[in-house]
Amino acid sequence: MLLLSKKQDWLGNIRGDVLAGTVVALALIPEAIAFSIIAGVDPKVGLYASFCIAFITALIGGRPGMISAATGAMALLMVTLVKEHGLQYLLAATLLTGAIQVFAGYFKLGSLMSFVSTSVVTGFVNALAILIFMAQLPELTNVPWEVYAMTTAGLGIIYLLPIVPFIGKLLPSPLVCIVVLTGVCTYLQLDIRTVGDMGELPDTLPIFLWPEVPLTLETLKIILPYSVPLAVVGLLESLMTATIVDDLTDTPSEKNRECKAQGLANIGAGLMGGMAGCAMIGQSIINIKSGGRGRLSTLVAGCFLLIMVVFLDKWIKQIPMAALVAVMIMVSIGTFSWESITNLKEHPMSANLIMLATVIVVVWTHNLALGVFVGVLLASLFFANKISHFMYVGSVMEKETGTRIYHVHGQVFFNSADRFVANFDFKEAAEKIIIDLTHAHFWDISAVSALDKVVIKFRREGANVELVGSNQASATIIDRFGMHDNPDEIEKVMGGH
Amino acid sequence: MESRIVNNKNTQVLACIDGATLTSSVCDYAAWISQKTETPLTLLHTINHHHEIPVTSNLSGNIGLGSQEHLLEEITNLEQQQSKLKMQRGKMILQSAIDYLQKKDISGINSTQRHGDLIEAVIDLEDNIRVLVLGLRGQAHDNQENKIGTKLEAVIRSLHRPILIVNGKYNQPKQIMIAYDGSPAADKAVEMVASSSLYDGLVCHLVCVNKNEDTAIKLLEQATKKLKTANNLNVIVIQLKGKADLELCAYQEQNNIDLTVMGAFSHTRLHDMLLGSFTHKMLVNTKIPLLLLR
Repeated sequence: MLLLSKKQDWLGNIRGDVLAGTVVALALIPEAIAFSIIAGVDPKVGLYASFCIAFITALIGGRPGMISAATGAMALLMVTLVKEHGLQYLLAATLLTGAIQVFAGYFKLGSLMSFVSTSVVTGFVNALAILIFMAQLPELTNVPWEVYAMTTAGLGIIYLLPIVPFIGKLLPSPLVCIVVLTGVCTYLQLDIRTVGDMGELPDTLPIFLWPEVPLTLETLKIILPYSVPLAVVGLLESLMTATIVDDLTDTPSEKNRECKAQGLANIGAGLMGGMAGCAMIGQSIINIKSGGRGRLSTLVAGCFLLIMVVFLDKWIKQIPMAALVAVMIMVSIGTFSWESITNLKEHPMSANLIMLATVIVVVWTHNLALGVFVGVLLASLFFANKISHFMYVGSVMEKETGTRIYHVHGQVFFNSADRFVANFDFKEAAEKIIIDLTHAHFWDISAVSALDKVVIKFRREGANVELVGSNQASATIIDRFGMHDNPDEIEKVMGGH
Repeated sequence: MESRIVNNKNTQVLACIDGATLTSSVCDYAAWISQKTETPLTLLHTINHHHEIPVTSNLSGNIGLGSQEHLLEEITNLEQQQSKLKMQRGKMILQSAIDYLQKKDISGINSTQRHGDLIEAVIDLEDNIRVLVLGLRGQAHDNQENKIGTKLEAVIRSLHRPILIVNGKYNQPKQIMIAYDGSPAADKAVEMVASSSLYDGLVCHLVCVNKNEDTAIKLLEQATKKLKTANNLNVIVIQLKGKADLELCAYQEQNNIDLTVMGAFSHTRLHDMLLGSFTHKMLVNTKIPLLLLR
């Protein structure tokens, strides 16, 4: 099933896919190297991972045209593991991450994405951009002035070249930036750091290797706390990216299939000496912008990347880090949602708080999973709070009989239960109390016990209490969530508004 | 199945047109079915969007402030323009088809336009289709005599309704031929012919191609019984020997048959891939329209 794909996904757009895949591959190389450096491993770990992940997701992914490879979001989560236990444990953690993701795919956990609101997504994306930018700072502190000059020149090339008519749209400006800066660096024999200084580059095609870790519970204890957030963040970023690509191309994707594919891709990467990765927002946008639409674009990106690094390793070693930093700053700027800054004024305060809280938690902990968790929690709380305001208790007195009639309208649940109780006047000496619940909705047990409390209090004050319409009100305490997606069902449960 | 379709008041004869050469005869045949069965006629045009082909391509490989938003805006604008043009073109095709039929005093024709693939469209509309009429070739292979449309087989396989494949100029059918091989699909075809008003007053050649004469006679007897119960149908029973597709096509020409009725794609895709599909051979070789009953 996973290998099933439409012919047009592969061959519908050959020219566009090959061109776009090439552009993406050229941009992937600096990224994969940069993210390896973030994770604290040799550049070859990121490059092998990028090849494996791109290759496997091209074949079996649920979103044609999306680019997956080694990513910053994942690299940031593995820093401590690499520092404390070394590369072999990272590879083992990568395998486990993949297994968890495949599991998530088969159990359709991708649908949990619906709990992640737009504000959380924006927060995630912004935090990711900030982290990618921050990861470049070590390359920009305590370095000779030439590095600043080179980085500025690099950014200049990246952003000014596309404005040049004709050639601007044909030459990938990040590539030009890297080639020019490498040329200048070699020509002037500048003594600044290059990619070669950062660790080993691939010199062969990737080979199969089982991580050299003892298969014990001890190992599991070490890698599990890393694998779970890696799996969560990987799926989150992949599904978010898939949605972005869906929107850009106006075509649907299979989200659960994508989860399985991400998992298998990570397992493949782990077995080929690569680190865990996921879909990349920036690269996927570059792919679409360059005219890539089909699976072929991702496949070309992965294969071209591998060919380049294996055969051009001597040249790649010469690339100054300043050029890489310039490319990564571009990725950071491109990933950041600048719209979200201007939207701060227009969006409701709660949405802004959710977005900012997500960003702050991520930047603080360097853990995107935690940020998303806080964001989703806040969003749920705000939502509950908002809904709790939709409740009203009115009352009338029938003087002749000494009966006080309360009408309850709206939503009663844990958050509004106290306010519900406070709306009754227990001090009033009434003969009889009628509580009309026909237009109320009781969502949970808190609501029911709040009502019980009200009834008992009135009885203690010596009143006779009668409840009207409690059946309708409690129809909303449904634990077996059926689909209430037709007008009659909704009227039955929610009616009376 | 037939009775269910007759009872459903929403059913219609659906004619798929795309402005290719066959469009006018598709309309004619659809109108013929619509009038004989007293079923409303609807013309369908589908607007194909090629999302797999980018509308714009910029190889500069950089992303900057608000790249995603700009890209979305740019692509949306371009696609909007393209889609508007395609919709307009489709409306013109539909209108000229309606005008064409009105000249022949056929009125009360509905038309509808849908986005997406022809296959998706007919699956979406399946519940309302009584008979689907479409041309053997669409625009992509217009005027390529020996080619059949790329989507034809997929449409036939995915739809469980009678499908009339039009492959040439309109000739009001007077003599029809049922290609009969005793398979469940062929039996179904016989039953449907017997119970439909479409075939009233026609001459029906019941043809069986089989190596073994005894089997052929037995098979034909059963089928003839069924057909004889129908009103107004002149049944001629014939048996032939040889390669089924070639014999049937030769018989069509010799006897001035105007329409062939048969079951279609009764085997799985795998079987057909290995052994070749009889339906496919008929589609390629026949010179007169095929009514496929599934």
